[in-house]
Amino acid sequence: MIHEKGSYYLPSPSYWPIFGSCALFCIMFGAAHWLHGVNWGPPLFFVGLALLFFVMYGWFHHVIQESLAGLYNKQVDHSYRWGMAWFIFSEVMFFGAFFGALFYSRISAVAELAGDSTSLFGASALTHYLIWPGFMPHWPLLHNPDPSLFPAPKQVMEAWGIPALNTLILLSSGGTITWAHWGMIKNKRSHVLIGLLLTVLLGITFLCFQAHEYITAYEDYNLRLTSGIYGTTFFMLTGFHGLHVTIGTIMLIVILFRAYLNHFNSEHHFAFEAVSWYWHFVDVVWLFLFVFVYWL
Amino acid sequence: MNSIEHAVDQHAPYNSQGFFSKVTRWIFTTNHKDIGTLYLWLSLIMFFVGGAMALLIRAELFQPGARIISPEIFNQMTTFHGLIMVFGVIMPAMVGLANWQIPMMIGAPDMALPRLNNWSFWILPFAFALLVSTLFMSGPAPNFGWTFYAPLSTTYGPKSTDFMIFSIHLLGLSSILGAINIIATIFNLRAPGMTFMKMPIFVWSWLITAFLLLAVMPVLAGVVTMMLADRHFGTSFFNAAGGGDPILFQHVFWFFGHPEVYILIMPAFGVMSEVIPTFSRKKIFGYKFMIYAISVIAFLSLLVWAHHMFTSGIPLVSELFFMYATMLIAVPTGVKIFNWVATIYKGSVTFETPMLFAIAFLFLFTLGGFSGLMLSIVPADYQYQDTYFVVAHFHYVLIPGSVYAIMAAIYYWLPKWTGHRYNERLGQWHFWLTVISTNLTFFPMHFLGLAGMPRRIPDYALQFADFNMIATIGAFIFGFSQLLFLINIVRTVRGKGPHVSNQVWEGAHGLEWTLPSPPPYHTFSSPPTIDECK
Repeated sequence: MIHEKGSYYLPSPSYWPIFGSCALFCIMFGAAHWLHGVNWGPPLFFVGLALLFFVMYGWFHHVIQESLAGLYNKQVDHSYRWGMAWFIFSEVMFFGAFFGALFYSRISAVAELAGDSTSLFGASALTHYLIWPGFMPHWPLLHNPDPSLFPAPKQVMEAWGIPALNTLILLSSGGTITWAHWGMIKNKRSHVLIGLLLTVLLGITFLCFQAHEYITAYEDYNLRLTSGIYGTTFFMLTGFHGLHVTIGTIMLIVILFRAYLNHFNSEHHFAFEAVSWYWHFVDVVWLFLFVFVYWL
Repeated sequence: MNSIEHAVDQHAPYNSQGFFSKVTRWIFTTNHKDIGTLYLWLSLIMFFVGGAMALLIRAELFQPGARIISPEIFNQMTTFHGLIMVFGVIMPAMVGLANWQIPMMIGAPDMALPRLNNWSFWILPFAFALLVSTLFMSGPAPNFGWTFYAPLSTTYGPKSTDFMIFSIHLLGLSSILGAINIIATIFNLRAPGMTFMKMPIFVWSWLITAFLLLAVMPVLAGVVTMMLADRHFGTSFFNAAGGGDPILFQHVFWFFGHPEVYILIMPAFGVMSEVIPTFSRKKIFGYKFMIYAISVIAFLSLLVWAHHMFTSGIPLVSELFFMYATMLIAVPTGVKIFNWVATIYKGSVTFETPMLFAIAFLFLFTLGGFSGLMLSIVPADYQYQDTYFVVAHFHYVLIPGSVYAIMAAIYYWLPKWTGHRYNERLGQWHFWLTVISTNLTFFPMHFLGLAGMPRRIPDYALQFADFNMIATIGAFIFGFSQLLFLINIVRTVRGKGPHVSNQVWEGAHGLEWTLPSPPPYHTFSSPPTIDECK
């Protein structure tokens, strides 16, 4: 038990959540209208996004001020830890859905479209015989069942080029952030700042490589979101991962800035730890991506 | 309210003088009781909205032939009725109960993350605004049922589907944040001495429900994201022409969807485990086994999703696995039912309204469980699939299961929350009208389904006319008798009943019954010590 008697912390009423909800509503309402080609859709979307950034800035600012004022005891700290840990768990399940789609498509859907009805989850092979009798199974899918609707890619990503380099980059960034954490525990500020800076730079390098890879895929390989299930799973998985790396990098920059402002000491640095947990999570997801999307 | 200096001494509801501060009290609140109240009122409002849609559906089915609403509207009503009842009524009601009760039951001052708690609630009205706005747009609203199967919702979905997708993203976010909060509260804010194996079963059931929410709500977000990508960005998750598979949709959806129904029922199990011992004046029979049973049910619920897909053409070996796994759930559920019955056995039972609803729960939920067992049998399911038998089954588990439990919980805890007794006579009238009309509405649907009447069709063959007429009459009685519930709640909240003692019910045990009725705004400013074993 982690109670300190008589020390419950209760925050006062807050206006940030309701602004957050308004921001989300504008983003969603704007995005849906944008997709339908309504001309006020994009502005509403960006207004919502700006409001969301403002809310996040304000909300976190408020929490940081409370933390610096020494209002948070061990119990509050533990609540934040549980909160972050289970938030990351929910993110794992989100990626799980897309990995599930990848495995199902590879193992079952493609085999079944090729007339193999023996796979574990596959349905009957009738689709193959009645609609696309010429379809052959292979992965990555270089010939789609209906190429007129989904033109196939000319080539797919080779694992042992940029992706392998990116693996190395992310793994070393996991190392540098742990190194920064050691510095944090030893109260060595310059050590922390260098470690975090290196991590941020590695994150940005990763994103640049990823962008280069996407451009190559689109321009040279004709590998697109629209090129059938391989392109679909490739871009949705690596895309959501890239989005998370971007978010993680932004969080790292904030933490770097806060470390520079001396917000942390060897006892109180949960914000740093939360971001490092997030970064490790992004790292592990990438390992799965490298193995199942690029390599195997 | 931004000043940090004042942050620590917010132990009373701050002055709500004037209209603006009265409104902002509810919008900015970080208090678990205020937020619980908001959840419960939202749920009650949506109950009448979703109920009105159900009555439109039943009115159309009163007699054969298209009469009142067009088939297009009928499809939209079935879709919205399902989505609203699941996401707008039962889930918010259960979260509302959790908000009110969990801190009081474990000796905490509030939820662990109060500002996040506010956000979890205040996302919901915006999400429903997004969803309901589609009914007022040009072009059809979502019309493919609450399960929004691809390709009906992708290739053939109306434009408004995108609003539903985004609305579901928001609902999922709200649930995830709420679940994180509940887990953090239970792990971290228990009073000294409140060990896990002393926690009330209601708290246990919510802890496990929160785990399930975290496991499956992100998957729902994933599946609607895939839909969005298929609809607008040219991906082929659910399109066989690109190597995808519409069956994939059903797998991912039901990986969420089946645990979802346990998310709806497990807090109800928790409520039953509080109400039944109180009115039997006995401790719950088999406390530990009740907790083990909930855990096993939660685990199994993640492994049975494809029993919703027996007729979709999945291979026999998968069908067998999912059939046996589904049947296995009957074992821990049976443990729970028998333990409740054993709790009542030889107790000094009285029949106040919460207990009446609890007893009706025992009988009728079990009936719904039995029809579930029938549906789990693969060859039988080939017959029952997509008939009114399925409609009868899930309404029997959702109404006498979740909804009765919510009603029992409201009657049980409302005196504690308000300090006033509800009107018992009105409560009993509400109970009897509700329980009779539930059976009048849904029991004939078993026969309709076995005789082959398909669900989600606005018209039917003449042979089904009598039972449909009975069901419609029952539905209208059910709908209008809920006004008694509303009246009773409003009366009690406005202080019309006699004052109650701290313990309220003679047989009630637990931390919340040691508090004054109504309890102070922030329940415990310092942790109480738990010495008495529950």
